[in-house]
Parts: sequence; structure tokens; C-alpha cells
Amino acid sequence: MKPRSPNDHKFLWWRVRPITARRLANFRAHKRGYWSLWLFLFLFTFTLFAELIANDRPLLVWYDGGLYAPVLRDYSEQTFGGDLPTPAEYDKTLQEQIGKKGWMIWPLIPYSYKSPVKNLPKPAPTPPSWQNWLGTDYQARDVLARVIYGFRISVLFGLVLTILSSIVGVAAGAVQGYFGGRVDLYFQRFMEIWDSVPVLYLLIILSAFIQPDFWWLLGIMLLFSWMGLVGVVRAEFLRARNFDYVRAARAMGASSPAIMFRHILPNALVATISFMPFITSGSIGALTALDYLGFGLPPGSASLGELAKQGKEFATIAPWLGITAFVIVAIMLSLLVFIGEAVRDAFDPRKSAISSAPAAEPQPALPTAAAAPASGAIT
Amino acid sequence: MAEAPLLEVNDLAVQFRAGGAVIDAVRGVSFRIERGETLALVGESGSGKSVTALSILQLLPYPAARHPGGSIKFKGEELMGASEAKLRSIRGNRVGMIFQEPLTALNPLHTVEKQINEVLIVHRGLNRGAARQRTLELLELVGIRKAAKRLGAYPHELSGGQRQRVMIAMALANDPELLIADEPTTAVDVTIQAQILKLLNELQQRFGMGLLFITHDLGLVRHTCDRVAVMQSGQIVETGSVADVFRAPQHPYTQRLLASEPKGAPAPVVSGAEEVMATRGFRVWYPIKAGIFRHTVDHVKAVDDVAFRVRAGETVGVVGESGSGKSSLGFGLLRLVESQGPIVFVGRDIQALKYGELRPIRRQLQIVFQDPFGSLSPRMTVGEIVAEGLKIHGIGADDDARELMVVAALEEVGLDPETRHRYPHEFSGGQRQRISIARALVLKPKLIVLDEPTSALDRSVQVQVIDLLRKLQRDHNLAYIFISHDLAVIRAMSHQVVVMREGKVVEQGPTAEILTRPKEAYTRALLAAAFDFKADESGVVKV
Repeated sequence: MKPRSPNDHKFLWWRVRPITARRLANFRAHKRGYWSLWLFLFLFTFTLFAELIANDRPLLVWYDGGLYAPVLRDYSEQTFGGDLPTPAEYDKTLQEQIGKKGWMIWPLIPYSYKSPVKNLPKPAPTPPSWQNWLGTDYQARDVLARVIYGFRISVLFGLVLTILSSIVGVAAGAVQGYFGGRVDLYFQRFMEIWDSVPVLYLLIILSAFIQPDFWWLLGIMLLFSWMGLVGVVRAEFLRARNFDYVRAARAMGASSPAIMFRHILPNALVATISFMPFITSGSIGALTALDYLGFGLPPGSASLGELAKQGKEFATIAPWLGITAFVIVAIMLSLLVFIGEAVRDAFDPRKSAISSAPAAEPQPALPTAAAAPASGAIT
Repeated sequence: MAEAPLLEVNDLAVQFRAGGAVIDAVRGVSFRIERGETLALVGESGSGKSVTALSILQLLPYPAARHPGGSIKFKGEELMGASEAKLRSIRGNRVGMIFQEPLTALNPLHTVEKQINEVLIVHRGLNRGAARQRTLELLELVGIRKAAKRLGAYPHELSGGQRQRVMIAMALANDPELLIADEPTTAVDVTIQAQILKLLNELQQRFGMGLLFITHDLGLVRHTCDRVAVMQSGQIVETGSVADVFRAPQHPYTQRLLASEPKGAPAPVVSGAEEVMATRGFRVWYPIKAGIFRHTVDHVKAVDDVAFRVRAGETVGVVGESGSGKSSLGFGLLRLVESQGPIVFVGRDIQALKYGELRPIRRQLQIVFQDPFGSLSPRMTVGEIVAEGLKIHGIGADDDARELMVVAALEEVGLDPETRHRYPHEFSGGQRQRISIARALVLKPKLIVLDEPTSALDRSVQVQVIDLLRKLQRDHNLAYIFISHDLAVIRAMSHQVVVMREGKVVEQGPTAEILTRPKEAYTRALLAAAFDFKADESGVVKV
């Protein structure tokens, strides 16, 4: 049986509750944040397909009656009439060879983030040109290709870290707030100690033993970043565990996890969700800083921090490196902060009372309830 | 030439803008108050009575609020649209105001002395010494004992009654000609209410003030006011002398309000009815902890040595003022807080059972809370809320079977079953309380603890909820433990009464006997305050 409600609100294809509809309207009303979200989503989806946009291999090759997709898999040079069984490098000689018996489609930017550009007119780093729109870095790699890959890895790192630390943080905050008492006391003391561990020094020491990669960094950052959310979630649970509806659920015999997830967590989610964009921008900033200092992703990775570092080292002879790094990081973090502001406004109950969202006005069930907001605001 | 009336309000209108919508909170309200007269403005919540009172001193949140028309004349002077400077010279000076909740109306960071002094210094330009002298006089006037010692007290150090007295002292500081009292006794216990009313009456007679008394309680109006204006949805529907209006109400709404006193009595208990719950020597002691290791140094004895039993189809009313431990008793019996003493439920002591062992029994032990806004999870539909207990206890074969049970329960409490797809905020207080009852009822319990289920509701809604509870008790042979501070409601609901004070039982027995022939002085004081609004003279009730 399909549930039916007199005040149905739709968002895309989903049915949403009036309050959600009002929040969405509030989010849309925040013009800067709304456009930031679309721009960010566009950039993110665009860079997700970085391999198809910036690569040193063709997208498709038609050779001797056969269709090949070098972006997806390696072919040996022999496939295209070469001599060696090694993986094909699509350099000038091979291109000419393919051109004789077929054709190929290149990506928009025919360079990868890791391979140097050959046949540069000058020694690297070279300034922006028609071949390399943002120039090349000191290892002769195309900066635009590196920026596209670097944006993707930064955002992915930020999002994964945000999601994981939110899960851990919410769980920890929930347990502390819900059970309170001794659990809360000891957990809080532990966090005070744990929070004072200097993460940077830990990473410097660790990098002496291991070569940190994406997952290592994520793990180490996660060890410390989950504490950001504990405060708000714990406070929400401490407050809500004495609500009547939580008592009612307990009187009904509901188990503790059921009460925590079904009854209290939805309250804490508002605080969590408004926090998330800021955690993401914080994580991205941290990753960039680590890369800049040289304790981040392994050498050769597409990294905005590493680009900034080059920008510093070649500040006078190659200013485009530093400017690019600055602009990209600034745009990325600003977009996230704008989105965060809009999300925060959308969940702000005072904002939703004032802003005009006629479609989202909840319909009071009784005429007496209509006058209640008026008198309730004062008495 | 006749003197202009003290206050004359003509055709007052108030509008609020919220989002795009305009709400007419007050329309065409007119009344007048003469010197030395008490006018009561009566109405249920949302009727616009507080908004009317606040607009007299232009205290509404402008510009969200606005007055499309009307005039407010104080001794012939127009206040509507008067300059801020002029309004300031009248507010707190010639017109005093007392608010409902003294804890929030007093600044928690300032001492009593400082708050009253401020009024005197601002309006009279007194120096601190003279202001202190006057403050002391005022505190004695409003009956605060050892006033000199109380000057340095902060609001949280005072009891509810004392705080309300401080508020009155502040309002009286500059000998106002008109006093506006907005539900001045709603937040205090009945025995304190009686004292505050007595004080207001005495002060009014002594200084010849006009008094605008705003309340939702008609019983109170009958005993304290000269004239009454009844408000409904922003309009005055009837005005007249208290004697006339109470004898022959003209407007149907007034008639309905007057008829909405809780009446009747519960159906008698069948002889030989099964004993559902019994306890003796029942205690709820909250430990007071101190030191680094949080060891227990003392206890707050919220419930101390209570014994009673309740049979199927019977209601035990637990009555007491705030802090008497009546809610702790209810929570303790359901094992929602720790307690000592046997809790025998249908012949089995459930005190020692573990949480898991208790779960199957919980189905038969339900609770309905006071606050109909707080007791329903705001993020679940009504259907989900009512069905939750069924899911927990695995009742019903599948979701469809459970939905049928939910529909039946909603119908039984008088709600349209289609409401199950809606969320709690779409309902009025009375409807939410019906949802809470449906949630308890759907599990087919044997005992329901009702913790002030009618206190947050308007009188007319209260009566409906009481009728519903009595009907359900008859139909299902339910046992109730009915917790309330309201003796009128207790009288209409209970077979047995337990009168509690400071955690101890003052008196207990059959309702008729306790309410007609109380043995203890405290019970007598409580009854006099609740039914006749008479202040206690024997000294049993502390100020």
C-alpha cells in the first residue's frame, strides 16, 4: 500500500518531507552556495574521468581492421607493427606507423600527469603555450594534466576522509553521549590525550620507516580527524537521551542501538551534515600542506601541494607554477566553504522561519495551530 | 467632564508576517479598564490574549508584527504610534507588567537588588542608597520574609513563588496606575498561586491600580476579577461582569468554556478484580556525588517509602506539587530510573529482572507523557510511531497486519486513520496526546502510567482526553497510575488517591474520602487552593 500524504513535496524523483523541502528551498535561496555546488559537482565529475581527458595515449585506435582502446588496456608495440614486445608508447614513430594503416582519437589534452612532454622547445619548466596550456613543470610534465589529476585525488581524499571520520566520530560521540557516566568520563579523558598528539611529527617519523601512499595517509589522518564531530554529536545525544520520546521508546522495550539510531541520531545528523563540507575542505588543506612539506603522497603523484612547492622553488623563473597552484586550491576550498555555508543556512531553524518558502510552509492541522507561531514567539 | 478611563483599547488589530503569509493574530479588540478595576482577558492558547497585552506597551517584535488599525489610550493619551521616548517613560513606570515565567523574565546574572534598583534608577533618578531603601520596602510589601537578606540573592536561589513575588515588586516599583499580569500563576504550584492571587488583590485595593489579568483559567477569574472579556481566535466574543458572564453566558464559546470543567467519576472497579501492580517501601534515591572519585556522599530522596496497589480497571491518582517526586515514582515503577523496593506486576516481582528479561513484560506496562510535543519522535510518521512497539515485540505477522492494528488503535482514540501518514508537528496538542495514547494502547497493556497527560492541554481538550481515558479503561479493563498536580482532573479520573509531598506520602485512600474529609493540614491547604483559590493560613505551605 502506497503511503499518501496531503502535502507531498518532491525533490527530483524522491518524495521528501515538508521540512526537507523547506531546507532544499533554503539551500537554493543561498545563491552563492547553490551555484558553488553545481560548479563543484561539474569539476568533480569532469576530473573523475581524468584518464579520458588528459592522457598520453589515444582514446581509440583503428589499426589494420581492428579497434583498440589504449586508455583501457596496454597493447604491445608489436600489435601496431613495431618490433618490441614491450607496452606501446604512443610517440611520434608509432603514431606515424598507425597513421599508415588506420587512425586514432586523442584526448583533449594529450599528456599524462606522470610522463614528461617530449620535444619541448626550451628546457623545462616552459611557460604556458598552445601545446601546454598551463606550461610545464621542472620535470617537463604538463601542468594542466597534473592539475586535473591533482584536483581529483584531493577531492577524493577529502571526501573519503570526511565520510570515514564522520562514521567513526558519530559512533564515538553517540556512545559517549548516550551512555554518559563512566564511559563518557574515560572516553573524554582519552580524547583529550589523543587530541594533543602532534600529527605532523608523527607523520615525519613514520615517513622515515614507510613510504606513505594514499591509503596510509588516509589511515593516519583518520586516527585524529574523527574527533572533530564527537563534540556536537555527544552534546546532541546527552540532550536527547532524556527526551520523552526516547523514554517512551525505552518504556516500550526498544534496545539501546535501536533508540540511538532511530530516535536520537536523526537529531545529530543536522549538526553532522552542516559540519561535513568544512571537514572536507580541512582535509584537503591538510593533504596539500603535507605534500607541500614533502611528507605526503609518494613522489611522482599528481599533487597540488607538490605543485605549490615547485612554485616556491621556481618563483622567479616559472611564476605560472605557483599561480596555478594557488588559484586551483583557492577555488576548490572556496567552493567547499560556500557550499558549507549554504548547508548550514539550510539547516538553521531560524533561517527557515524567516525566509520565504511558500511551497514549504507546513499546513497546520487545526486552525488554532495557525495562530500558535504568532503568540508562541512572544509568550 | 468625566475623567478619561485608565485604559481604553479600541478596535485593536495585530498582524504577523511569517514568510509570505500574513496571520491576523488579533482583530477588532476593544475594552476599557477603570481605576481600581480588574479586567480578566480569558482565552485558550493561541487566542491572542498575550499579543493583546503586549501591544498595549508596544512590546511586540516589530516590524514582523504590525497594527493595521486601532487605538490604545492610556488616560486619554494615544500610545499607538507614540514615540519610543514616550513609551519608555510609561513602560515600567506608569504601567507595570508581570510575565508568566519568572525564571526567564528575571536576568539570571543580576541580583534581586540590582534588578529592582534598575527600574528605580532609570525612571526616578534615585541614587543607589535611596533605591536600595525602596527595594527593601517593596520586597517586604510583596511578602518576602527576611527581605534584607534576600537582596543579594540571584534568581536561581529563589523558589518559584518568591521569583514571582520579585517580579511583582519590580512591576510595582514606581507605583504604576495599571498593572498587566500575563498568566502570572501558570508556572507555579496551586498553593503558591493562591498566595500570589491574594497578594495581587491586596495590593490592588491598597493602591487603587487598574489590573489587566490574562489567564486561561476560568475558575481563577471567578474568584479574583470584576469583569471578564473572553477571547477566541483573536476576537473578543463576550464582555461583561464576572457575575453575569458566569451566571448566563451568551456566546456559545463561553458556554463551552464554562462547561469544560472535568466532571464525573470513573466507572467503579469490579469486585475481585485482579491485582495488577503492588509495591511497598518503594524508594527512588538519586545519589549526590562528590570528589574526584565521584563517591556518593548523600541522596536526594525523590521517592521515600511509598506503598500502594492497583487493580485491573482501577485508577490510582498520584497528586503533588512540583518536586514532590510523583514523576520519579512513575518512572521508578516502570524501571526507567533506578529504585529500591519490590514492584510486583501481576504476581511477579520485576525489580530484579535484567533489561532483556524485562522486555517481554514492557509490552504490558506503558506510559503516556505530559508534553505532547516532546514525546513523539519528530522524524517519524504517526504510523511508524504507533507501529514501533509492535515491531519491537514482534506482534503481527507482517507490515500489513501491523498497519491494520495501527489503524484500529488510531480509530479507537478518535483519530482519522489516514493521519498515520503525517508527522507529529502537523497536529494540535490534544491530537498528539491521542497519538501517544494510541502508541501505548496498540500493545494491549495491562497498566498505563499517565504522567500529567492533560497538563499541557487547554481545558476543553482536557475534558475530551479524560473522557477518552475513562472509556478506554472501561473497554479494556486497564489499570492506570495517574500522575497529576491538578486535583480537578484527579477527582474525575481516580478511584484511589495518593497525596505526595517532598517524596513522602502525606495521605492516601479512596478519592471521595480524601477530597471531602482530608485528615492532614497539607491536603486541606491543597484542596482550598485548588478549588477555591484560597491561600493557606495555617503555615503548612512555605513561601
